[in-house]
Parts: sequence; structure tokens; C-alpha cells
Amino acid sequence: MDTLNLDGLREIMRQCVGTGEAVDLDGDILHADFGELGYDSLAVLEVVTQVQGRLGVGIPDEVIDDLRTPAALLDYVNRQRTEA
Amino acid sequence: MTERRVAVTGIGVIAPRGIGTAAFWETLMAGRTATRRITHFDPADFRCQVAAEIDFDPLAVGLSPQEARRMDRAGQLALVAAREALADSGLTGSGLAGSALDPARVGVSLGNAIGCTELMEREYVVLSDGGRKWLVDPEYAVPHLYDVMVPSSMAAELAWSCGAEGPVALVSTGCTSGIDALGHAFELVREGSADVVLAAGTDAPVSPVTVACFDTLRAQSTANDDPEHACRPYDRNRKGLILGEGSAVMVFEELEHARRRGAHVYCEVVGYASRANGYHMTGLKPDGREMAEAIRVALDQARLNPDEIDYVNGHGSGTRQNDRHETAAFKSALGAHAYDVPVSSIKSMIGHSLGAIGAIEVAACCLAIEHDAVPPTANLETPDPECDLDYVPKVAREQRTDVVLSVGSGFGGFQSAIVLAGEGKARR
Amino acid sequence: MNTGPSKRAVVTGLGVVAPTGIGVKTYWANTLDGRSALAPMTRMDPSGYPIKVIGEVPDFDPYALLPSRVVVETALMTQFGLVCAEEALLDGELDPAEQPEYQMSVVTANATGGAEFGQREMQNLYAKGPSQVGAYMAIAWFYAANSGQISIRHGMRGPSGVFIADQVGGLECVGQARRVIRNGTTFVLSGGTDSSFSPSGLVGQIPPGLVSLSDDPARAYLPFDTAASGYVPGEGGAILLVEEAESARARGVRPYGEIAGYATAFDPRPGTGRGPNLRRAIEGALADARCAPADVDVVFADGYGVPELDRLECRALAEVFGPAAVPVTVPKTTTGRLYAAGPTVDLVAALLAVRHGVVPPTVNVTAPSPDCPVDLILGDPRETAVRTALVIARGHNGFNAAVVVKAV
Repeated sequence: MDTLNLDGLREIMRQCVGTGEAVDLDGDILHADFGELGYDSLAVLEVVTQVQGRLGVGIPDEVIDDLRTPAALLDYVNRQRTEA
Repeated sequence: MTERRVAVTGIGVIAPRGIGTAAFWETLMAGRTATRRITHFDPADFRCQVAAEIDFDPLAVGLSPQEARRMDRAGQLALVAAREALADSGLTGSGLAGSALDPARVGVSLGNAIGCTELMEREYVVLSDGGRKWLVDPEYAVPHLYDVMVPSSMAAELAWSCGAEGPVALVSTGCTSGIDALGHAFELVREGSADVVLAAGTDAPVSPVTVACFDTLRAQSTANDDPEHACRPYDRNRKGLILGEGSAVMVFEELEHARRRGAHVYCEVVGYASRANGYHMTGLKPDGREMAEAIRVALDQARLNPDEIDYVNGHGSGTRQNDRHETAAFKSALGAHAYDVPVSSIKSMIGHSLGAIGAIEVAACCLAIEHDAVPPTANLETPDPECDLDYVPKVAREQRTDVVLSVGSGFGGFQSAIVLAGEGKARR
Repeated sequence: MNTGPSKRAVVTGLGVVAPTGIGVKTYWANTLDGRSALAPMTRMDPSGYPIKVIGEVPDFDPYALLPSRVVVETALMTQFGLVCAEEALLDGELDPAEQPEYQMSVVTANATGGAEFGQREMQNLYAKGPSQVGAYMAIAWFYAANSGQISIRHGMRGPSGVFIADQVGGLECVGQARRVIRNGTTFVLSGGTDSSFSPSGLVGQIPPGLVSLSDDPARAYLPFDTAASGYVPGEGGAILLVEEAESARARGVRPYGEIAGYATAFDPRPGTGRGPNLRRAIEGALADARCAPADVDVVFADGYGVPELDRLECRALAEVFGPAAVPVTVPKTTTGRLYAAGPTVDLVAALLAVRHGVVPPTVNVTAPSPDCPVDLILGDPRETAVRTALVIARGHNGFNAAVVVKAV
């Protein structure tokens, strides 16, 4: 897998952290805050751990707080992939 | 019916840079830190590479070869501390068999958060051939594997060490296990279920799996290049917690029982309460509401006013979340006195030993009352403006210390508070 | 403040996840019918293991019973606990949102932690490296997970706890629930849950040599039988809604019974020449409940299924009640020993026996051992008024406890 797209991220989210009550992961979630998707800080860390493992990129502490949406997370990891 | 009172008549501690109560207290009073680069395993692949470790040879401190083989490190630490506490209490070092105590009136309440993880992990590596096999090999099971899997075996070892045949249990409420085990022991003696209880906490979390857990949560300090100053509670430049290991065992004894045999009484346990935040397994609300409630209820039980507290042993784990949470709790529960009373975190020196630390901190509180001195918060250089209380930076203080509050906060949302007082100092 | 021993603790709600049924209704129907859930292991390939028969909870689909966000961050033991807690609250007609938060507590027990969750993440650590350990490992495998998750799910913020005392934990936590109520809390969700069926969890149960290696589900677990050859390990959970008696009356909820007596006693170190202390636990619980032995209508025995331990239990019963002087049953012959969950499930059965006036049978035992002279209820359930029942639990290393439940 070279880069991660939204569908790939959706799969990780569904599989590893579940779906929040009354949340449609298939909807327009690209710019939704993870909190609005029913994900607490632990859930975001679990997503990050899974993404790190599958793409082989590291996500340092300093940037985690800024990765508030699927778009921000995808943008960051895909940039790391192309720079690597 | 007169209320049964609970005295502390013996203390045993094994902590980083503190094997034995005397060495432990000396480390605290000197403000020395025991945090260092991890030596128990090669930490190169880990985000955090620092912990507070004990240089501990089980045989050298008196365990038998079989005890050293069958017991997890946490159990070994507890047994060493228990022997010191029993000898200190005058109830004989080798157990209570020679004393006039009825074994049925002696109990054990041992706090422990993560069981026999260290040994379980080592055995797992063998059973799974280094993680290669999901269907692990039964022929590699060691004879004591069940006791490694079910950690009440450690409470059993303590019971055997002193001949206890009364109430025996392990209390496992995560990071408040130590304080809650002491609270349970307090209740057992107070209600009359036992006259003597070994009240204890133990944990040995400096192994790869636990360091990895806290790594993934990004809860640990990453000050790998400056291990001695890696844990900085209440400091603006804090980076997270540092794991430690250790055990403290105290003899809780019904006060009249202790007086009859002329035992030395360090202090009395006068109040204990716990609350759950019912909020999040790891997250804390900044208002410290449930911890404040636990403090209020414990003080109420002790019939003490907040302004009678001479020292607060804080949870002070070294995370921003905790520091804000407990600072708010102190202000809410103690009012104006929160700004006057010294508060310190000994985790700055000996790390966070999970289910042990609550008991180790209470041992420090007993010694603070005994010696009229309070330990400092090491590494507190630049106070966080959000933490505007007196956190006793870097230097211990000699001061009259009669009444002490100790608090704990942990995963699962548990918040606990315990109050100790010099004999007869609490209003009755 | 009205506290102290004058406060009585009654049980107003029950929740069960057992190999014989998810939910009290199914569990009780199958238990009365003597339908056993012991069967060849399916959770993992049994070919490499000497243990062949276990008591699994079949068809437990956590995603159908709990939000997926909760399922991913919990081990099976916690999922059992959450499902049981919900049933107990419904059964007891208690909506936690309507009660003062500090008046509700959670006290649970388990013995082995989240075994499968732990093994999975341990494998991630050793096969893939430390950065591949999941974020939920820290909160899922450890012993405090059940009380934490239940208190969070229902906003119960009173004094809570977690006890580990091997298989006795399932009574220890109920004893603590009564203490919490005496100290002034109104409601406590309390009980044990356990599931140790991962490969490493299974292997951990082998060394003490107490697990039956029989491959015949009908012959593997035979307490008090001449052919007793050990116990069958099982999984499951039970949670009781324990409530201060006046509160139950004020709410108009009919209690199943009262937690009237509780006592624990620990055995001396093996080899000291002193005897075991089970008798003292039984007598302590009876004294605590102000009961004479003759008041006890039925005993839910521990029934280890290990000849020597069965003899010791019979001897304790004979010393307290007289030889074969009290009806005894071991309904856990249908589920296997559920570790910390086992004694709480027995308490559920005892409370249901009190309510319905019928005692479930012990199954599969066909040839009671002459060394074990007990009045064992075999075959059909026994219809009889049950005003007082005794539940006994023992665990590895010398843990003993007993609880007396009484009709209210």
C-alpha cells in the first residue's frame, strides 16, 4: 500500500475502533472532527497505531493533537510516505 | 460500643534507591531521583527508555531459591517488604506463629494493578516461541504457571509469610490499588473482621509489555537524554509519567491490641474513601470533582477539618492532565487551606509503580508523621501557572506533621483518598 | 447517619451470561432441566492440548449486545460483565440516570484478566514490535477493566472496587457490596466474570493438575462421584444488583433474597500440619446470618470434582450439619467452574431457588463416592420451600468463603 485513502481509513476505523452511536462512517466524514465521530483520545491513538503499522510511518507526539480529522491524518501520513 | 481504631505498627518498603524503610526515607529526604535508562531489558525500540528500577537480588535479600523461582518480581518485592514490616511491628520477623495471635484474626489486603505481568511475559515468550505461535506449547508450561496467571497467589504468599488465616485478598483497582488495599485493610480492622492486617501494595511494571502499553498511550515522558530529570510533576516542562517498581507493606492493627502489647504506633489511619469518575478509562475531567468528593468523605470520616491537614501527598504522576485534575480537587475539597498546605509528589523520585505506589506513598506519609518532615517534589524547576499551590520544590522540609492526606487517581476512573494522623491527633 | 450492621443488603436484580444461557431466563430453564453445556472445545484447535472438554458460552455476539465502540476496547470478561450489569439493572427496574451518582457503586471480581486480549497484544509486541501494541491493551486486559467500564457506562460514581481471590472472588465482591451498603451506599452492582480461553490462558490452567482431561462431556466433571477426575474449566459472568433493603421497599421492588451472612477463611500454608479452614468460613457465614445449621434448606456446594478436595468439603459439611443432613447441589456441573464468575452464578441459582421454591440438580453424577456422604440432589430438580441457602466457594492456594442468602 503506497498511500492511504479515505476508504482505507474507514476500514481501519470500522474494524479497530468501531462506529460511534448514530454515526455514518460512509457519509461525508473527511473533515469531521474525530470527536464528532464518537472517537475519544484513546480511539484516535488506536487509529494512529494501526495506520503507523500498516504504512510503516511514525507519527510523533507533537503532531497528534493537530490530526483532528480524517483529512488531516491522511494528509500527514501520505506526505510522510512521499517524502520517505 | 466504642469504635475500633486502626494503628500502623510496622512498615516495610522496597523502592528504587530504597531497599528498606531507612534507605527509602533517606532517598526521599535527600530529594534524589532514581529514574534512569532502563536496564531490565534493552529499551532501544521503545519511545520511552527511562524507568525507576530497583537493583534487587532476591536471594541476597533473603528469599529462598524456590521462592525466587516460583514468584513474579512483584510477589518477591512484596514478600521482602512484608518481612521487614513484620519485624518492625515486633510481631516476629519469621511470622506470627510465635505470637499469641489467633491466625483467624490476621488478614492480608494486597494492592496490585497488573498481576504477575513480568513473569507472565517471560513465560509467554517461551510458550509462544518468541511470539511465533498463537497456539502455544503446553509442554513448556512451568509448574507455577497458574499462580502467574491468577495474581491472588501473591496475597497467598503474604498470608503464608505471617500465618494469616483470616480475610485474604488482592485488591486490583489499577493505579489506586495500593491506596484502596490499605482502605480495605482499614475497614477490616475497624469493623472487627481482623485485629491485624498486612496492608500492602506491589507492582513490577518495568517489562516490555507494560512500557509498550504506556508508549502507545503516549503517557510516558520521552526525556530519554536526561533520565534523572525525566519525571517533573507540577512543572511546566513536564513530559509525562515514568514507570517505577516496588512494594510497601504496613501492619494495620487495632489500636488497643497494639497498646496491650506495647507496640510502637507510627500513626492512626483515620479516614478513607474512594469514588469513580464514571467518565473515561484514562481521561480525567479538569474539575477533579470525584477526587474532591473522596477527600471530603475521608476527612468527614476522620472528623477533621481541611485546615488541620499538615501535608498532602499528591498523586503527581507527571502528566498535565493529572496535575490540573488534582490541583482542582485540592482547591475544591480543602478551600483556602489548599494554598497553605504543602503538597508533594514522590513519584518525581521513585516513579509510578502502579498498584504499589499508593501503599509506598502512605508509607512515606507514616514516616513524615514519625519524623516531622515532608518529602519534596524533585525536578520542580518551573512551576506550571495552572498549578499554583505549594508543591515543595526540590527540598524536603522539617515541619510539625500530625495529619496527612494521601490521594490516588487511576485507570478505570478510580479516585481515592486516605487520611492518617499521629496517635490521638484526630478529634474523636 | 443511618449506617452500620443495621442496614440490610438485598438482591433486587440478576444478570447472567453462562455456558447454559445468556440471560437469567434461559440460564434458569436449562439449569432446572439439568441441560449441560460442557462440550468439546471449539474456541481453538484442541488437538495440541490435553484439555478436551470445556464450558464455553456459545453464540455470544458482543456486537449485537453492546456498542461497537465499547466492544473494541474490552476483553470478553468485560463484555460479559457489561451485558450482565445491564440485565441486572433492567431486572431490578433501576434507571441509574434517576439516582444520585455517589449512591451507586460497582464491585467486581475476576481471576485471570482479559486473557485473549492480552495474548493477542503480547503477540503483536513480540511478532511485530512495541509500536504495534494497540492503544486499548492498557485498559482492556487488566483486572480493573470490568468495574471501570460498568461504572462509566452507567454513571455509577460511588465507592467501587475490584477483588481477586482466585475462584472465591465471586463471593468476596458480594461481601464487599454488603459492606459498601452498610457504609451508606444504596446500590451496588456486584459479581464475578471471567474468560480465560485463549491458548496461553488454557495452558495456564494445566499445571496444578486439577483440570479433568477426559474427552467425554458427560464424564469429565463429576464432583462427589467415585469417578471424579478433576474439574472442567468454563467461562461466564454474573452480576447482582445489591440494594439497601429500605430502598427496595420504598421503590416497591421485590427482592430475590437477602445477603444475610458472609465469611471468609484462608487455609494455612500446605505442610504446616494444620487443617483447612472451610468449616470456619461456613460457620462464620451462618453466625453472621444468625442461622442455626438446621435452618439451612440447601447448600450450593463448591464441588471441585477432585477426590481429595471433595472429601474435605464433605467433611466440613458433616462437621457443621451432621452426616448427609442437608440437601446439597452442584449446578455448576452443567457449566464447569467459571473461576471468579462461578460462585456468583451459584448465588444467582440460590436466589432463584429461594424465589421459585425449586432446587436445580447436580448432573452426570451416577455413583456417589462412599467417601463423600452427602445428600446430593440428582436427576430431577427438587421442589421444596427454600428460606435459607448456603453458597460455598473455594480457590487455589487456600481461599474459602461462604454466603448465606435468606428469603425476605
